[in-house]
Amino acid sequence: MKADAQELPLEIMELQMGPSHPATHGTIKFNLKLEGEKVLDCDVEVGFLHRGFDKSCEQVTWTQVIPYTDRLNYASSLINNVGYALAVEKLIGVETPPRCQYIRVIISELARIFDHLTCCGMAASELGAITVGFYMIEARELVMRIIESLTGARLTVTYVRIGGVKHDLLHGFAEWVSQTFKTVRKLLNDCDRLLSRNRIFIDRMSNVGTISQETAVTYCLTGPILRATGVNYDVRKTYPYLVYDQLDFNVPLGSRGDNYDRFVCRIQEIEQSMRIVDQALQKIPVGPVWIDDPRFVLPEKEKVYNSIEGLMHHFKIIMEGVQVPPGETYFAVEGGNGELGFYIVSDGGGKPYRIRVRPPCFIAMGAFHEMIKGYMVADIVPTFGMVNMIGGECDR
Amino acid sequence: MSEASAQLQYIQEKLGPRVLDALLFRGDDILILDRAGLRESFRFFKEDSKLRLDFLSDITAVDYWKKKEPRFEVVYQVVPLKGGRRLRVRVPVPEEDAAVDSLTPLWKGANFLEREVWDLFGIRFIDHPDLRRVLLYEEFQGHPLRKDYPVNLWQPRVPERPVEGTFVDERSRNKLLLLKQALGQKS
Repeated sequence: MKADAQELPLEIMELQMGPSHPATHGTIKFNLKLEGEKVLDCDVEVGFLHRGFDKSCEQVTWTQVIPYTDRLNYASSLINNVGYALAVEKLIGVETPPRCQYIRVIISELARIFDHLTCCGMAASELGAITVGFYMIEARELVMRIIESLTGARLTVTYVRIGGVKHDLLHGFAEWVSQTFKTVRKLLNDCDRLLSRNRIFIDRMSNVGTISQETAVTYCLTGPILRATGVNYDVRKTYPYLVYDQLDFNVPLGSRGDNYDRFVCRIQEIEQSMRIVDQALQKIPVGPVWIDDPRFVLPEKEKVYNSIEGLMHHFKIIMEGVQVPPGETYFAVEGGNGELGFYIVSDGGGKPYRIRVRPPCFIAMGAFHEMIKGYMVADIVPTFGMVNMIGGECDR
Repeated sequence: MSEASAQLQYIQEKLGPRVLDALLFRGDDILILDRAGLRESFRFFKEDSKLRLDFLSDITAVDYWKKKEPRFEVVYQVVPLKGGRRLRVRVPVPEEDAAVDSLTPLWKGANFLEREVWDLFGIRFIDHPDLRRVLLYEEFQGHPLRKDYPVNLWQPRVPERPVEGTFVDERSRNKLLLLKQALGQKS
């Protein structure tokens, strides 16, 4: 450019992107301050899907909260179920039998695979790699069929109960899962070949949405976003729950904290989750899937219809709810997007006094302006895709 | 003596009268802190080389309406990232002066979490840079997670909000004016 070339007048433009924008999946609004196409500042407005999760939970019994937890992060509703049930069990002070714990690990990891496939597939297809999107949705569908046949629903599963799971694994579950994983691995391999040396994809993802390690920690980020910056914090390793300490798996870490690292972290976590499921299916012991305690577990139908004790137990649990002793507790599990914590307060009755969810994507949206500052408007799409904001969880 | 009480004892020794109570429940370390000097207490948790509770996991609140005095409790979860014992800090807040120190100078992520507590409970955070509602809209009346907020209360309809700085294409307005003039109508 010549030195005497006339400079165009620069004016800061305010642009409102959303709440319903075709390139962002999820209702969210970005109030952008732009200089040309450069993002100077971004104010994120959330809450368009707020439906009063906390308040609703205070109106129903402890067991009736489980369907509400399905609707938090609906891409990994099984993890929400498991986290909630573990929190309530911690407050009661009981531990489920080993077979139940293994089943919970298996379904959590299936849900994590499901969640990461959704996130990565959508992010890739938003960048034009629609083939990858289709392949990953196909892999997701295969996993979803397992979940569907196990739980009876595709998204809102309600499979876990306080003190157990709804029913045992199906006959031939292990073979089906290993068959499915073969196909999933093949599909992921295809996706890898389509993307890992793809100039367009790497240019759009690499060095975009970068945040440093210190920023990630000060913004309380968890999950793949934090691990992409190189911080080794995974609740499954740092604070092991269920039987994760008996299983062998790695925590994939990134180094630069950009979108590409987040993508790679998620893809590698799928592989690790499949390893966990394979091991858990080999090690799973035989035994009951419920705790042996009539105070928390519904009696079998035969007992309900043929004995007065069974009928009373059934009636008590259905009408009054599981009795949880007064107290408060916090339990965190590793959700699809990070630390998913349940803080529950009981005043000693059949209904919760307060249920608080620590939503990983809500906190990630609080740091979104830091990720996007200085980048282009078009970079919002992959960055937002890799945050994997799920409205149900973010807005509750 | 378990390790848990060791951490709590250490904090109690260092902070002295600011600690109102320390208890161990279901294996969790729970600390009940005075809200005076709250930020300094958390700076101590974050920077002390022995504790290294360097990660703020969550901020929330509980309303103990007609159950406890003072009415509110703000609850913080702090975690050592390298592994170790988690700590839960409960800070009692009275209803008539519902305000605590903001932790945004220590952890920027506290910004959104504190905005949510303000939004749903109406507890103010002193020195918070931007205390607006986050999940609900500005015209919302009341704070819905307070126990005296009825669950089936209807909110009034909000009139359309003129957004400042909204881009309006003036040419289209002129076009309409011209069209009306051409048709002989008054504008």
